[in-house]
Formats: sequence, C-alpha cells, structure tokens
Amino acid sequence: MNLILFTFIVLLGFTSYYFGRKKAYTIQSTKKRLTALPQFYGYYLAIWCAIPAFIIFSLWAIFEPTIVKLLVLNDYSNQGYLDDELNLIYEKTKALSRGQFTGEITPFIEASAEKYLSLRSIAQSSKVVIVLSIIIASVAYAYKRISSNSRTREPVEKFLNAVLFTASLAAILTTVGIVFSLIFQTIDFFKVIPLFDFVFGTHWYPAKAFVRDSSEALDPTMYSDTFGAVPIFAGTFFIAFIAMCVAIPIGLMSGIYLAEYASYKVRQYAKPLIEILAGIPTVVYGFFAALTVGPFLKELGTSMGLEVSAESALAAGGVMGIMIIPFISSLSDDVITSVPQSLRDGSYAMGATKSETIKRVIFPAALPGIVGSILLGVSRAIGETMIVVMASGLAANLTLNPLESTSTITAQIVVILIGDQAFGDPKTQAAFALGMSLFLVTLCLNIVALRVVKKYREKYE
Amino acid sequence: MNKNKEQLLNKRYKAEQRFRLYGQSAIFMALLFLTIFIFKIFSTGYSAFQKTWLIVPVTFDAELMMLEQNPSKEDIQDADYYDIALKSMADLDPNANEDQENELKRMVSYFFEKEIKNELLNDPSLIGKTKEVYLTASDDLDQVFKGNYPRDLPEDQRRVSDYQLKIFDQLVANGKVESKFNISFFTNADSREAELAGIASSFMGSIFSILVCLMIAFPVAVLAAIYLEEFAPKNRFTDFIEVNINNLAAVPSIVFGLLGLGVLLAIFQLPRSTPLVGGITLSLMTLPTIIIAARASLKAVPPSIREAALAMGASRMQTTMHHTVPLSMPGTLSGTIIGLAQALGETAPLILIGMVAFVNTIPGSPMDPAASLPVQIYIWAESAERGFVEKVSACIMVLLGFLITMNLFAQIIRHKFEKKWS
Repeated sequence: MNLILFTFIVLLGFTSYYFGRKKAYTIQSTKKRLTALPQFYGYYLAIWCAIPAFIIFSLWAIFEPTIVKLLVLNDYSNQGYLDDELNLIYEKTKALSRGQFTGEITPFIEASAEKYLSLRSIAQSSKVVIVLSIIIASVAYAYKRISSNSRTREPVEKFLNAVLFTASLAAILTTVGIVFSLIFQTIDFFKVIPLFDFVFGTHWYPAKAFVRDSSEALDPTMYSDTFGAVPIFAGTFFIAFIAMCVAIPIGLMSGIYLAEYASYKVRQYAKPLIEILAGIPTVVYGFFAALTVGPFLKELGTSMGLEVSAESALAAGGVMGIMIIPFISSLSDDVITSVPQSLRDGSYAMGATKSETIKRVIFPAALPGIVGSILLGVSRAIGETMIVVMASGLAANLTLNPLESTSTITAQIVVILIGDQAFGDPKTQAAFALGMSLFLVTLCLNIVALRVVKKYREKYE
Repeated sequence: MNKNKEQLLNKRYKAEQRFRLYGQSAIFMALLFLTIFIFKIFSTGYSAFQKTWLIVPVTFDAELMMLEQNPSKEDIQDADYYDIALKSMADLDPNANEDQENELKRMVSYFFEKEIKNELLNDPSLIGKTKEVYLTASDDLDQVFKGNYPRDLPEDQRRVSDYQLKIFDQLVANGKVESKFNISFFTNADSREAELAGIASSFMGSIFSILVCLMIAFPVAVLAAIYLEEFAPKNRFTDFIEVNINNLAAVPSIVFGLLGLGVLLAIFQLPRSTPLVGGITLSLMTLPTIIIAARASLKAVPPSIREAALAMGASRMQTTMHHTVPLSMPGTLSGTIIGLAQALGETAPLILIGMVAFVNTIPGSPMDPAASLPVQIYIWAESAERGFVEKVSACIMVLLGFLITMNLFAQIIRHKFEKKWS
C-alpha cells in the first residue's frame, strides 16, 4: 500500500513537470515573455506536487504506529497494567491480527485485535485521501502561479539550496547521533557505578555482572570491583605503544626515503604497494595475527625458554603496527615534500650531505606535520578493534609484559555487546561508557593532530 | 689536520650511507610484510577451492526407502533415504561392527542423505539399481586428503580414527576419492560443518549492505559537498560543519557500531542483524570520505569554467549543476568507490548491530538477517575446526579480490575520465 502510494506520488511529480513545461510553452505562444526557462515551470509544479505530499506521507509513517498503539491500549488504561505488560498485550494483538498468534486467545485480545485492524484500515484510507487532497490543493495553487507567469526560477533554486544545506547537516547530525547514543547509557552507567570506581578501579570482570539476577541489578554495592577500567585503559595504551614502536620507525623512514631518496620509478611502484597495507581489511590482519604471528611468537619464545601466551599483546600490537605503517609513511611523505626547496638548497650549499640536511633541516621543519601524522596513527591504533579482538586476549590483565595477553577498550566493547544485549543492564551500559571514553580520547587526538597539520600547511603555503 | 678532515668526511659519508640504508630497509620491511601476508593467505587458502568427494556405491532399495511400486515424483520426494544412505556407507566394510558403522557414517557430511536423494530425483529409474554416488567427504577427511592434517598424531588427539583412515586409504587406492572444484563454497550459505559451509549468504549480505550504503551516502555526500564548496557562506557555522566532517573521518569505526546499536536498533526499532541497518551504519561512516573526495574534485574545477557560465547569464545554481558538478564527477565517483571499498572491509560496527548471527539461509532482501564477508571471516576464524582455516583464507581471497577490483575501477575512472586542467 505504502509502496503504491509512494510510486503514485513520484509518477504524479513527473507528470506535473511535463504539464508545467507545457504550460510555459502555451504562455510563450501567446507572445508573452517567460520569466524563466520552460523547464523551471515544470520543476516548480513538480516540487509543489511531490514535496508537501511526501512530508505528510513520512510524518504519517512515523506517527501512525504510535497513535494506533495508544488508541488500542486505551481500553486497558484503567486496569493497572505495567508498561511491560501493556507492550506484551500489544505485541500479542499485532500477532493475532496477522494470524501468527500461537497461544491462548482471550476475548480481550481478540477484541483489541479487531480494533487494531479497523484502526489500521481507517488510517490507511484516510492517509490516501489526505495525501491526494494535499496534492490537488498544492498543484492547483502552483498551477495558478504558473499561469499568471510569476517567477519560478528563484523559488526552485531556493528549494534546491535548502536541499543542499540540509544534506550538509548530515555530518553534524551524525556527530549528534554518536554523542546522543553514547551519553544516556553512560549517564545511567555512572548512576550505578561511581565515576571514581570506573576511572581508578583495577578489576574488570563484566562477566560477574552478567550472571546476577536482574531483580538485584540496582544494588550498587555488588558491582564494586567489577567495572574498574584501569586494566582496560592500560592495555589499550600498551598495545597502541607496541604498535607505534613498529609503525613509527618503519613508517617514518620509508616516508623520508620515498620523499628524499627514491628515484621516480621506485616511488611510482613502492608507494602504492605500501598503501595496499592500508587497504587490507582489519579483520584480515586479525586473522593473520591470530593464526600466524601469535603461534610463531609462542614457538619462538618457547625455544628461548620464555613463556609466551598464544594471544600476546606483542602479536596484536606488532600486526597493528604493520597496519599503521602506510598512514605514517604517506602522511610524512606529503609533509616532507611540502618543505620548500630553498631550505634544502641552502643546506646543500653549506656543504651538508643529504642525510645531514634531512636530519638537521628538513626534519625539524617538518616536525609539526610529522607529529600530527603520528598522532593520527595513535588514534587509529587506539580505535582499532578486530586485530585486538582476534589476536589479543579478552581477559583484562593489568600487565606490562608484552608476552602476556591484555585487553583493550574496543575488544571489551565487542565482548560485551556481541550477541543479544539487554538495555538497562550495567554490563551493556559499561560498553557504552567505554565507547564514550574511546570517542573522547580519539576526538582529542584528532582535533590536536588536524590542527597541528593545518597550522603546518599554512606555514609553507 | 688534513687527515683529520678526511676522516671526518669519511665518517660523514658513512653516516650518509647508513641513513640511506635505514630508509631502504624500512621500505623493504614494509614490502616484506606485504609479501609474507599475501603468501600466507594464498598458501592456506587455495586448497579451499577444491572439495573432496567419496565415490560410494548406493543401492536404491525400494523397500528400505518405503517406496511402493511405480512411485510418483512426490513419493520419491518424501521417501526415507536415511536407511539406504547408512547402508551404503556401512557396506564399505562388510565386517564392520556397530561402532565402526557409525564411524563410517561420519566419513561423509551429514548432507549425504540429501545428496543420494538428489541423485534419485534426477533419475527415478535408478530404483532397485546400484549406482556410484559422489558424497561430500567430512571436513577432517577433506583436510587429510589435502595433506593439511597431521596423520602422525596419536589417535586420541585426532578427530579421524585409525579405522576411518584405513578405509579412506583403501578408497584412495581404489580411486574412489576425487577432488573437484568446490562450487558449493560459492553457492552454499554458512554452515556449522566446514565441508558444507559457503560464502553465498555473507556475500549477498555484503552486496545488500553496500547497496544501501551507496544509496544513502552518495546523494547526501555529493549534495553536502556541493553546498560546502559552491554555496556556503564563510562563517562560523560552515567552519563547524567542516571540523565535524574532518573529525568524523577519524572516529573509530566501532563508535559507529555503537551509534547503530543505540539509535537505529534501540530507538528506531529497525530489524536486528539486517543489511539494512548495516548499510545505514556504514553509510554514516563513508559519508565523510565521500564528502572530502567530492569537495576536492569540485575544488579542482578551474574558476574560469564558472566565470564563463556566469558571464553567459547562467544562475549560480545552473552554473553548478550544469558545469561544475558534471566536470567533478569522475573524481567524486572514484572517491565514492574507494569509500565503499573501505565500508566493504569493515567488521566491528556490523558485529555490534548483530550481523554476526549464524545465518544458514541466503538473504533475499536487505530486510533479511545476514552476515557480511568480513564478519564471515571473523565467525570462521573463531571456529575451532581445522576445516575452517582454509575457508577463512579463501574468503579473504574473495574479499581482497573484490577490494582490488573496486580500487582498480576507481583508478580507471580517474585516469580515463578526469580532465587535467593546466
């Protein structure tokens, strides 16, 4: 039904475009001067035909279920049901009206199912009537405006401009959506778990909260020593540190080499090849770390008499470092190439070798940009999920031994939220609180990094 | 003095060479990782494209199948195949006791009944006759045949018993084991049994997600880019939008998963585990990538084009829509494809919105529960069975193949259609 109506509106829109343009030609044939190109008359009519109808149509789609639900449940309002019970009754009603109800049919539910069906059919038919009358009214208005040869290009362009502007709000909406989805759960979480326990507690066992009965869930004392995030934060930064130990030397040196030494040919082939590393999905890195690097390190450690966990921080961090190499190398390559040639020439003229020029002149000049690229790399490392989930442990150990397993913010979010979630459970809320801290940390890093890089660019432009 | 100078110079030249070497070795290391990586994936994955079949003589005994004389098509459809299937496996070793018969049964996949049934459905005249039927070998034997399974382990640490190996070797010696191209890997949905598991369901899931993502992200991103590049006044607000876009591009993907979970599933009540929700989540993630690419290519259109159009009396909207935007399309499209390739490889947000559920049917629309290729990789990689290791690598090969094709396509669009202004 909705689909038919939708298609109908679209078709009407096209037809009105045609009629609008035709009207313009008729006006033209009476030797009157048109105020805009004929197609604008068409657009004008089409917009007036379709847009109001679509707005009504979508508002209807949003509010109809809620209103129908309210009306159906109105019968039960004075009988002292809880919200959950009312929801259940409504679900049963809907199932029965679709004929999918399996269970005991009570006369009450049968009555509300009938009511539901009749309300739905009333809603459907009145929707069609209202949408059609809106179309007729607005087309009539627009057609009159066209016939009197009033302006059409300006309104059409204003409308397009409004559409463009709305689209550009999408980015803000997404950010708002992120904050919105995180903040309420986080606040609820901190109502149960004190912020202090979360930030300074050293024991993280969310599984402990899970086995408890939901009726006891609001007793805060039982969660003491369950949601202390220190091991998680420590693990996150530790793995990121290991990753940067791999990524910075290799990424930076290859960036420098590509920018300063490499011949055109080497650059042409090596740069895209290294960038392939950035295009490989992280789950593939995770598989590689878990299947190849982890067991390899374990074997290597055993042969040297060390005890290495199969899921070590070193394996996850090392592979993550490989993933970050291209970010650092291509960003620092860009930064170094944008250092003005005059600085190099000055240094060469003083008799410095190429490496001395790089180390003493170019590197200091490019340092802000390089720091920016490293910060972006760190932010990647902190936010990286799949490698850690697959290759590092899931138990949160507070350790600084790279051969043991540790866990990270992202891995814990996945562990908690994989499978079915119950909203309102402190364990689920804990995942959102972790997400919030992750978002804030990466946001700060990104803002600082982007600002540093921007400042640097401005300096040499 | 002179000698000292020479020594110093030599030292400086050596330092120069060393530095150069560091750079070379850094590049070499990066490329080495890439090579090891690709090699490892291919060497473990290529065998998944072959599947091992046991050729077993099956007697289509009407009595055992509970079939009457001259059965109709429906009768054959409903007949009981378990007994003849079991019997044909047990007949591989006439002296087998009950335990051993069970082990014989486990040499093929649990699908063997259906494979025998299909054989009869194709040719109903087989009733009462004996025919050699291809049956899918169990994943452990499949691995043994491919040489991936260590046969020298003690028996209690192996999932294949000595007895099964003995019969299997006999079959191999008689030429009754065959390896063929594994079509079912591409046509089957996911399964708990490695020998039957395929990528069809996750592949369709990926396609649907990407389509949803494209349909949402592309129009919104292009319109937003046009506004910001061509129409937006320079003020605080547009600066704010710009900062927002740049930040969104660097927000960890898992945060978008939380967004999908907290807003799309919890508030809008969209169906869980579906490519629809996955696609919307991914579209929010790709939005900044496409906006940035589209803005860059709009910026690359020289102002003279705009000035010429304006001078001819076109309005600003006409100038943009008729001249600037079409000229910027190649760059925008290639940026879009690259953004989609990123979205295609994304795993974490999809796990959070429940696309990690076990789905053994092939989804027919974006509203059906599905996995996606990267999530399938994750699911299989977490399975303990040995048979899944090669499947994971094969799935990775398919995924990488896709990503490479998309990126090449983006390159081609850029080089073929983009105008060079200079």
